[in-house]
Amino acid sequence: MILTVHHSTRYVYDQPVRGVVQSHRLTPSLFDGQRLIDWRVLVSDGTAGGAFRDGAGDWVASHSAHGPLSEITVTVEGQVETVDLTGVLRGHRERVPPEAYLRETLPTRPDVALIELGREALADAGRADALERAHLLSVAVGQAIAYRPGATHAHTTAAEALGLGEGVCQDHAHALCAVARAQDMPARYVSGYLHATEDGTPHEAAHAWAEIWVPGLGWVGFDASNGCCPDDRYIRLGSGHDARAAAPIRGIARGQGRESLDVTVAVEAAQQ
Amino acid sequence: MAEFFNEMYEAGQIRAPYARLGDWTEAMPAELRSLKQAEAEALFRRIGITFAVYGEGGDPDRLIPFDMFPRVFTHAEWRRLERGIVQRAKALNAFLVDVYNRGEIVRAGRIPAHLVYRNEAFETAVVGFTPPRGVFSHIVGVDLVRTGPDDFFVLEDNCRTPSGVSYMLENREIMMRLFPALFRENRIEPVDGYSEALRRTLASVAPAKCDGEPTIVILTPGPLNSAYYEHSFLADLMGVELVEGQDLFVEGEHVWMRTTRGPQRVDVIYRRIDDAFIDPLCSRPDSMLGVPGLMDVYRSGGVTIASAPGAGVADDKAVYTFVPEMIRFYLGEEPILQNVPTWQCAKRDDLKYVLEHLAELVVKEVHGSGGYGMLVGPKSTAEQVEAFRERIIANPANYIAQPTLALSACPTFVDEGIAPRHVDLRPYCLVGDRVELVPGGLTRVALTEGSLVVNSSQGGGVKDTWVLAE
Repeated sequence: MILTVHHSTRYVYDQPVRGVVQSHRLTPSLFDGQRLIDWRVLVSDGTAGGAFRDGAGDWVASHSAHGPLSEITVTVEGQVETVDLTGVLRGHRERVPPEAYLRETLPTRPDVALIELGREALADAGRADALERAHLLSVAVGQAIAYRPGATHAHTTAAEALGLGEGVCQDHAHALCAVARAQDMPARYVSGYLHATEDGTPHEAAHAWAEIWVPGLGWVGFDASNGCCPDDRYIRLGSGHDARAAAPIRGIARGQGRESLDVTVAVEAAQQ
Repeated sequence: MAEFFNEMYEAGQIRAPYARLGDWTEAMPAELRSLKQAEAEALFRRIGITFAVYGEGGDPDRLIPFDMFPRVFTHAEWRRLERGIVQRAKALNAFLVDVYNRGEIVRAGRIPAHLVYRNEAFETAVVGFTPPRGVFSHIVGVDLVRTGPDDFFVLEDNCRTPSGVSYMLENREIMMRLFPALFRENRIEPVDGYSEALRRTLASVAPAKCDGEPTIVILTPGPLNSAYYEHSFLADLMGVELVEGQDLFVEGEHVWMRTTRGPQRVDVIYRRIDDAFIDPLCSRPDSMLGVPGLMDVYRSGGVTIASAPGAGVADDKAVYTFVPEMIRFYLGEEPILQNVPTWQCAKRDDLKYVLEHLAELVVKEVHGSGGYGMLVGPKSTAEQVEAFRERIIANPANYIAQPTLALSACPTFVDEGIAPRHVDLRPYCLVGDRVELVPGGLTRVALTEGSLVVNSSQGGGVKDTWVLAE
C-alpha cells in the first residue's frame, strides 16, 4: 500500500519564549515492511542540529530555534510504500539487546493487577510458544482497557489505566509492555501512524502500539487497541521503553510562556 | 579482629618508609602538635574546603577532620598498585565499549546478560556509540584496602564521578605549609601535577567536530551539592569555566556557553551531575540541572561528556565481582589487584551462607554508597544484625556481602597521643590518550578506635598520602 502522510504539530506560546530545543523521531523505520518514497520534516524556525541513527535503529534529528518565538510548527510530509508482514519487524537493523527491554520504567511499572492480568491470560496457555503467549497478552490488555479517548492523559501510567479500565493507544501500549515484561518477555513502546479505516473502527492517525520479542522471529508488533498486529496500514517511526522515550517529538522551550499544542495528522492511501 | 597490619611497624621494628617519621614525632612536643593542629584547621577553614553530608542534616559546612600523621608507601609498593589500577581502568573501559557494542563478554558467557542489560545504569540511548578514544570512564577512582605488607584488595570501582581528589591535593598543600622540613628530609613524589594531567586528559578526548584547542568546562549541580567545593577548586586549577546547566545551551550541532562576550562553543564537559539529570529531554523533564538537547549533540559527535553517559554500568557492586574476569577477557592478563570475595544475596546458596554468617560479614546495598545502608557484622549488636537480616530477606537482590577484612592501620594523632587507626585508599586514575595516575591518592582514616568505616559521612578523617621517590 502507498500511504501519504501529512502531519503538522504547532506549538503556540502565550508569551514569547527565548528558545526551543527539540529531538525528532519523525522518519519511518528502515525494514522490509516499509520503503520511503519521499519524506520531509520541516520546521518553521531555527536550525537543524546533529542527526544520527541510534542503537535501536531509529533516525534521530535534533533541532533548535532562537527566540523570541511565539510559535513553532513541525511539518512532516511524505509517502511510504508498506507491505503487510503480519507484525514482524523483518530486516530492521538495530543493536540494543532485547534483554535491555525487560527493564521497567515509571509508566510501565507493573502493579499487582497488571501482573495478575498477564498471569490469568496465560493460565491456560500450557506449552504455548512465545508468539501465542504474546497474542494472548495483547488480547487480554485490549479487553481489560476499553478504548475511550479523554479518560486518560499523557502522564497516565499503565497501572492507572488498568484501574480505570479505559484508555487510548498509549495506555494499551504501556500496559502491554508492563504485562509482557512481568512475564519475562522483552517488550517496547512503538510510535507511528495508522491509516484511517472505513469500517468505523475508532483509531488515532498518530498511533502507538507495542512490540514483543519472540525468539526466532525477532520483534513482533501488537496493537492491543485494534486487536491486531501492525500490517500495511501502519507506518513505524521509532521505539523506546515507554511513550516518552519513543515520542516522535520531544521538546523543551526556554522561557515563561505556557505552551498549547495543535496537532493534525492525515494518513491517506494513495492507491489501493 | 584483634590482628591487623600496622603500616608503620613490622616485627616490632619501624618499617623503612616510616623511619624518619618516628624521629619527627619524637621531636614534637604536645604543645607544638596542638598548635600545628589548630593551624591546619585554620588553613582548611580559610581555603573553604568543607564537606556537606547527604541525609545527615546538621552543619553543611563541617570540616573533614585532617590527621597530620602522613601515610607512606615505598616506591616499589606504589609501582605495583599503579600497575594494578591502570590494568583495572583499561579493563573497565574495554568492558564499557564492548557492552555498548557487540557485547562479546556476554556472548562468551563470562558475565550474565541480566547484570548488564537489565542494570539501571545501562543506557540504551548510547548503544552503538563509541566515545572519542573509546573512553567512557575518564576518571576512575579505585577504593583499596590493605591487609598485609603485600596484600591489597579492591573494595569498589568508581567510574562515574569519583569525588575527593581535592582532598588529596589540599592535604599535601597543608602538610607542606605546616612541616616544610619534612619535605626536605623525605623524598616525596609530588601530586600537584594532577590538575594539569586532568586537563590534558579531557583535552585528549575532544570530539571529532572540534578543530583547534578544545574548550573544557566543569558542569556542577550547584553550590548545594556536597562536592561543590571540589568542582570549583578543580575548575580554578585547570583554568576552565565552572558552569551550571543554565549557563549552557544547545544550538545547531553544538553546545554553547553564555559568556559576557557572547556564546562560546564547548567541546568537553566534565560533568559532576548524574546521568538522569544530564538532559531533561531524555530523562527527567522536571530537572533544571542539565542541558536540553545535550544527548543529541553528544550522540552526533558535537561534544564529549566525561564520564560518558552509561559508564555507571561498570561500577555497580554486582558487576564488580566480574572485574577480574574482564581483565582476563579483554587484556589477557591475570589481575594484579585482588577483589574482595563477594557473596551475591540474589543467589540462593550465597544468601544461605550470608544469613548463617551475618555476624561475621560486611553487608552492603548493591547500589549504595557513602557507607550508608551497610552492616558491619562484628561491630554490630545482635539487634542490629537481626534488623538487617529482615531487610536482606525482604529483598535479597539488593545486597552483597563480603568478609570483614582486617584493614591495615596507620599511626594517627589521637587525644592520648599516637595510636593506630584503620585506613583505606582511593587513587584517581586518568584515562584519555594515556592511562596514568599521580603518585598518591586520598587516604581516609576511621578516627574512632577499632572502627572500620572510613566514610567521611560516618566520622572518618583524611591523611596526606606519600609515595617515596626511588
